[in-house]
Amino acid sequence: MSDFRTPLSRARGLGSAKHGVSTWLFERVSSITLVPIVLWAVFSGLKLASADYQAARVWMQSPVNAVLTLLLIIVGIWHMHVGLRVVIEDYISKPLSRAALLLLNMFVCGLGGALAVFSILKVALSVGGLDGGAL
Amino acid sequence: MSQGKSGAAKARPLSPHLQVWRWHITMWGSILNRATSVALYVGALILAAWAIALASGQDAYITFTGMLGTPLGLLVMFGLTFSLYFHLAAGVRHLFWDAGKGFDPKLADLTGVAALGFAIVATLATWAIAYMTGAL
Repeated sequence: MSDFRTPLSRARGLGSAKHGVSTWLFERVSSITLVPIVLWAVFSGLKLASADYQAARVWMQSPVNAVLTLLLIIVGIWHMHVGLRVVIEDYISKPLSRAALLLLNMFVCGLGGALAVFSILKVALSVGGLDGGAL
Repeated sequence: MSQGKSGAAKARPLSPHLQVWRWHITMWGSILNRATSVALYVGALILAAWAIALASGQDAYITFTGMLGTPLGLLVMFGLTFSLYFHLAAGVRHLFWDAGKGFDPKLADLTGVAALGFAIVATLATWAIAYMTGAL
């Protein structure tokens, strides 16, 4: 069988998976996004550290606080999922261990993120400082 | 390739590993950036646990904040504060590198020291504020 493709066309088809750029860009964009959010989070953490349960719930019911906390969780967990994936790919070369750890990374980030987002929404959309309901 | 005259595989040269390098600040910065990122992974899960505790009721919240208030909890939070500030500064440093700036060895050393200095000062300042506002 003869190959009718030119050498250049074949070279273009090799190597790149064609979508790596979006991951690289996301790492940078999420870094820039997290700079102001994280500084706000430290400021808020200092306020919440001396607040009791009721005060913390009322704090979370403010739209600005709820949305920024949600963004912190969503962007932060996505950022750390991508970041730890690179760490695993760098150090773990056995295929099965690597696949298992990549899967674990995804599950931990997915479960942790989903639980946190639901919890934030539950408090943010409730009324008042007291809520005895279990999750 | 790696075949000797006898046909047996010849030992190929390996690049020098960690222990033969003289430790320098850019190397510290790189290693510390990755180490703090893994610490912050745990920190984000602690943050998620805080949100879950807040949504789970007063008892859960008091139990959770009580754990953070123990000496071990405070040590973890102190380490996480440092990790956050260092990873933040190192991340900004990386963004400048991505733009092709700051690769000059002297400048790279300087920004490495600056990132570490910022992280230490900001951590101490944050905990001083926490102490003064009665958070501790």
